[in-house]
Amino acid sequence: MREACDLVVIGAGPGGLAAASIAAEAGLSVLVLDQQSQPGGQVWRGEARKRENRLARRWLDRFAASGARFRPGARVVAAPEPGLLLVEEGSASVAVRYGRAVLATGARERFLPFPGWTLPGVLGVSGLQVLVKDGLPVRGKRVVLAGTGPLLLAAAATLQRHGAEVLFLAEQAPAARHWGFALQLWRHPGKLLQGAALAAGLVSVPTSTDAWVLAAEGEARVERVRLSVRGHEETLSCDYLGASYGLVPNLELAKLLGCEVASGAVVVDERLETRVKGVHAVGELLGIGGVDQALVTGELVGHVVAGKPVSSELERAWRAVRTFAELLARHDAPRDELRRLATPQTLVCRCEDVPLQALEGCRDLREARLYARLGMGACQGRTCGAAVETLFGWSGEDVRPPCLPARIGSLRLPSPSPHTRAS
Amino acid sequence: MSASKSTPPEVVTLRVNGRVVTVPVGTTVAAALGAEGVPVSRVDLGGRPRGPVCGMGVCFECRATVDGVPDVLTCLAPCREGQEVVTDA
Ligand SMILES: Cc1cc2nc3c(=O)[nH]c(=O)nc-3n(C[C@H](O)[C@H](O)[C@H](O)COP(=O)(O)OP(=O)(O)OC[C@H]3O[C@@H](n4cnc5c(N)ncnc54)[C@H](O)[C@@H]3O)c2cc1C
Ligand code: FES
Repeated sequence: MREACDLVVIGAGPGGLAAASIAAEAGLSVLVLDQQSQPGGQVWRGEARKRENRLARRWLDRFAASGARFRPGARVVAAPEPGLLLVEEGSASVAVRYGRAVLATGARERFLPFPGWTLPGVLGVSGLQVLVKDGLPVRGKRVVLAGTGPLLLAAAATLQRHGAEVLFLAEQAPAARHWGFALQLWRHPGKLLQGAALAAGLVSVPTSTDAWVLAAEGEARVERVRLSVRGHEETLSCDYLGASYGLVPNLELAKLLGCEVASGAVVVDERLETRVKGVHAVGELLGIGGVDQALVTGELVGHVVAGKPVSSELERAWRAVRTFAELLARHDAPRDELRRLATPQTLVCRCEDVPLQALEGCRDLREARLYARLGMGACQGRTCGAAVETLFGWSGEDVRPPCLPARIGSLRLPSPSPHTRAS
Repeated sequence: MSASKSTPPEVVTLRVNGRVVTVPVGTTVAAALGAEGVPVSRVDLGGRPRGPVCGMGVCFECRATVDGVPDVLTCLAPCREGQEVVTDA
């Protein structure tokens, strides 16, 4: 199948939705692709159906009324030439021709290996939160969460709301850094309110800074977790462990399109245009800044592609969210101890079962791929890539198509259908 | 088409490894795998069980066979009436 549009938006989180809505309202033909079955991205997961969150409802309604088309379950797998994307949708393939593109692919969690991290029941902090939002029953289950920053609180609140017993929150940041961050939040009233509301709902959960997971233990699933809490070791029995350390942008597609990436984020100018002409980036791709940044940058790009002036108010809002993003990056940076948790037998690459000891002697990612098969499995280094970057400072190579496992048929340009040929 | 007065069903029923599982509409297959305990989707190269980790289509740990299609990312797949899910663990 073939599709054509003025603007293609990849990712239907708050960033993509804002950009698409504004561009479509201005009369552009807009196509939005997302591999999820509904719009909303990570933060508004399930909101298209539940309609509980007011801000989400406002943007989802605006998007639905904007005239933008949405293709759910659509995974972009290749970009064979400028202005063309190859997309896989279930068992079908779609070739999308576009004038401009907005990349809004968001972020994923940073997972760092520790003994037992492959046991069922051990997930990311937000990964567990997402599964619960998606229907995993946790009523009465005992949960330990270990991570960093505001998302740790957000996940705990969701779990409690669904009836889980959150036994402990382990914040990796040192006390001084953590409270310094919390005090800075006075400058960001929106964030402060969010944080205060979350904290108020969580008074019953024991929480510690300077705390992290040493190991998860159990036979066929997690049964216990060993933690380091301010220099002491503690063991807790639990049903679930959420353990991850901050977010990292999903850069595969940006790299596939040839966009420049620096310090782990897509490089853009003041109009959020990447180094590739006509390709813009929004949201978490610009550095982790949460839903406010996603909305502000999405709105900004929406105006730019629609040829409308960008208000000074929007410019100011963007500067404010950037300051918050910088603050967050300093707070969430994983501490050194987290780099030394894996034992020689601990798997680093979960797809190819590559233990730490197999990486001995490798000097970079290329050698780790060649000699140890690190990152050569199904997820193509999406999980271990961020881990070895934190562990050894090995940074990613260029992305080669397909950027997701894809059927061979999806990599061929579909032949024109009879009526398109006639027209 | 005549508009039906009956409200849509609030639950869907699927089968996981032959077992009947009933879950609320909107549940993903990955979440349904954990309806009776911790979700397990596959075994690794050493035969050890694995389950979903990221919940968002990144880690590929949640893959299972859905309606005969192997390696479906269950965290992105909504549960549908009559669906057949087979895990290898
Ligand atoms: C698992 C997770 C849970 C989170 N939960 C919260 C929360 O509860 N509260 C909060 O404030 N923040 C949360 N965040 C932080 C979140 O990143 C931001 O708040 C916000 O969602 C960022 O918006 P965005 O538009 O940049 O990207 P996202 O909302 O992440 O949207 C990106 C979208 O792009 C799609 N996508 C990515 N790659 C492709 C591809 N190749 N092809 C097709 N589609 C693709 C994804 O399916 C996704 O829907 C969460 C983050 C993660 C990773
Ligand atoms: S849980 Fe990670 S891809 Fe589904």
